[in-house]
Amino acid sequence: MKTASRIYTALLFIFLFAPIAILLIFSFNESKSLSVFSQFSLKWYRELFRDEATLTSVRNTLLLALTAMIGSTILGTAAAVGIQRLRARWLRASLNTVTNIPMTNPDIITGISMMLMFVFSGRLFGLANSLSFWTMLIAHVTFCLPYVILQVLPKLRQMDAALPEAAMDLGCTPIQAFFKVTLPEIMPGIITGAIMAFTMSLDDFVISYFTSGAGFQTLPIRIYNMTKKTVTPKMYALATIIFFVILALLLISNLTDEDSGRKRKARKSKTID
Amino acid sequence: MKKTFSLALAAAMLVLLFVGCGNSAKVLNVYNWGEYISDGSEDSYDTIAEFEKWYEATYNENITVNYDTFQSNEDMYAKLSAGAVSYDVVIPSDYMIARMSSENMLLPLNFDNIPNYANIDPNFKGLYYDPDNLYTVPYAYGIVGVIYNANEVDEADADGWNLMWNEKYSGRILSFNNSRDAFGTAMYKLGIDVNSTNTADWDRAYEELMVQRPLLYGQVMDEIYNMMESGEAAIGAYYAGDYFTMLDNQADTVDLRFYYPDPTNYYIDAMCIPSCCQNKELAEIFINFMLSRDAAVANAIYTYYASPNSIVFNDEEYLDELGEETISILYPGISDFAKEYNRLAYRNLSQDMLDYINTLWEKVKIN
Repeated sequence: MKTASRIYTALLFIFLFAPIAILLIFSFNESKSLSVFSQFSLKWYRELFRDEATLTSVRNTLLLALTAMIGSTILGTAAAVGIQRLRARWLRASLNTVTNIPMTNPDIITGISMMLMFVFSGRLFGLANSLSFWTMLIAHVTFCLPYVILQVLPKLRQMDAALPEAAMDLGCTPIQAFFKVTLPEIMPGIITGAIMAFTMSLDDFVISYFTSGAGFQTLPIRIYNMTKKTVTPKMYALATIIFFVILALLLISNLTDEDSGRKRKARKSKTID
Repeated sequence: MKKTFSLALAAAMLVLLFVGCGNSAKVLNVYNWGEYISDGSEDSYDTIAEFEKWYEATYNENITVNYDTFQSNEDMYAKLSAGAVSYDVVIPSDYMIARMSSENMLLPLNFDNIPNYANIDPNFKGLYYDPDNLYTVPYAYGIVGVIYNANEVDEADADGWNLMWNEKYSGRILSFNNSRDAFGTAMYKLGIDVNSTNTADWDRAYEELMVQRPLLYGQVMDEIYNMMESGEAAIGAYYAGDYFTMLDNQADTVDLRFYYPDPTNYYIDAMCIPSCCQNKELAEIFINFMLSRDAAVANAIYTYYASPNSIVFNDEEYLDELGEETISILYPGISDFAKEYNRLAYRNLSQDMLDYINTLWEKVKIN
């Protein structure tokens, strides 16, 4: 039984990581082929850092993900606070459903309907390019919003409603009470929401594809367009770099989490002592 | 208080919106296939950067080129026809050009700004998609041939389209994974007109594809590169230029060869200016630049596709770089190219025909 479960776990990990491993290995291949490993070389990494178009698309992707993250986090937190304050239960429930629509809607429908709306309003203003960075940003904020709201709402619910009231009793204005008491209390939810928004925006293809305008293509779109011919090994190099950056970030966040967890425990045991 | 705040926010967003649009520097938006231009990788010529440099030196004015890519003619058409974006130069394939010009999506070119057009081989003028040479300047062309692994396939079997139906190589053959090209192979084999509007012709091609179906290893598009290079499959049909890309990367155990069956498919991709163009003269200057010696040679070397530009196929450096054998395959010296091309290239079919073909194609795929 034990060996069976071990084999199962091993298989699971092989299926999860074999594709990444293959990509990693072939990013160091001298030749272009995916079948023949001719010689170890850093050629494709050199090529990658010389390829202006790809680097631009990486910059575009990061810029878009960061701005979409900031936008959706601010809007999403505000929306969550607003929803939480609603007294009428049916109103709260229906608002929750409405905000979840961009998340549950198939990407392709969100993408096409967004594009149609942008084209329509672009024509209204007589713009030649109705799609641009800004339309992409609006689309990304839209589909990232529910993830932020869903992360922040439970934190608001967990928070003792008396806390901001106490702050106001002690002389805080409502805005001060929000920034000094409520915000620190729900911060973990906001951060998780922001990280989710960032990753969702980073790897979105379908919605970006429909809402991207002239002169602003993101990395997923660029890679997709390469498939007419072959995807160049530069992309394997890029994927490898992204993989390691994300791995490093995960390790750091896990380590600091553990660290703060230990500290918290230590603090708790001290107070008990 | 709240109201003024939200009003201020709304105003700020509107301002941002227009800041995004109002860009005073000259901008040229180019829309081309992915991996279809020499882009400076592996020490090649960086076409877009060179154009910007050249323009600044000649006109003493800064310019930004936005170079975007698409994956298929249909993707490009969808973007442009929705009126969502404006590009100044696009490079679609022949049948899509015919469709776009019939829908008034293209602007007639002013050839006074494109003096290099004189270098285009006369064989590439007056073709069906642009009979009066009004809208297009050809960029590259290709011919479909059969690729096979000589270590596995007997030379004697390399006989026209029959090789792709040869039972001896059952389970080793690759076919196209799109309806037009897959039906095309069967129709060329049977000697049927690939632009036939008679459903009986398509039914016959369908029967032929069903005969081929059990012999196939798979129906693929760009996966063919890795499958042929590694020897995973032994026979497939693709464009001559792509054969050389495979040849560069083939495994030691694989020996790829290439030949043209007769008749076979031809395609041409051409530069044109869509009606949404914002700066027509600039677009024409760019097209002219693409025809100049350095850019045209670099692009032909980079993409491996044949060039309709007489400067390119008479250029010493180009001929040296590709070698005699490659040149003889890329430029098979077809006499009366225009006539052959007009007879054999795919045309845009009516929606009813396309629907009919798609139904047949789905039946091929399911079985």
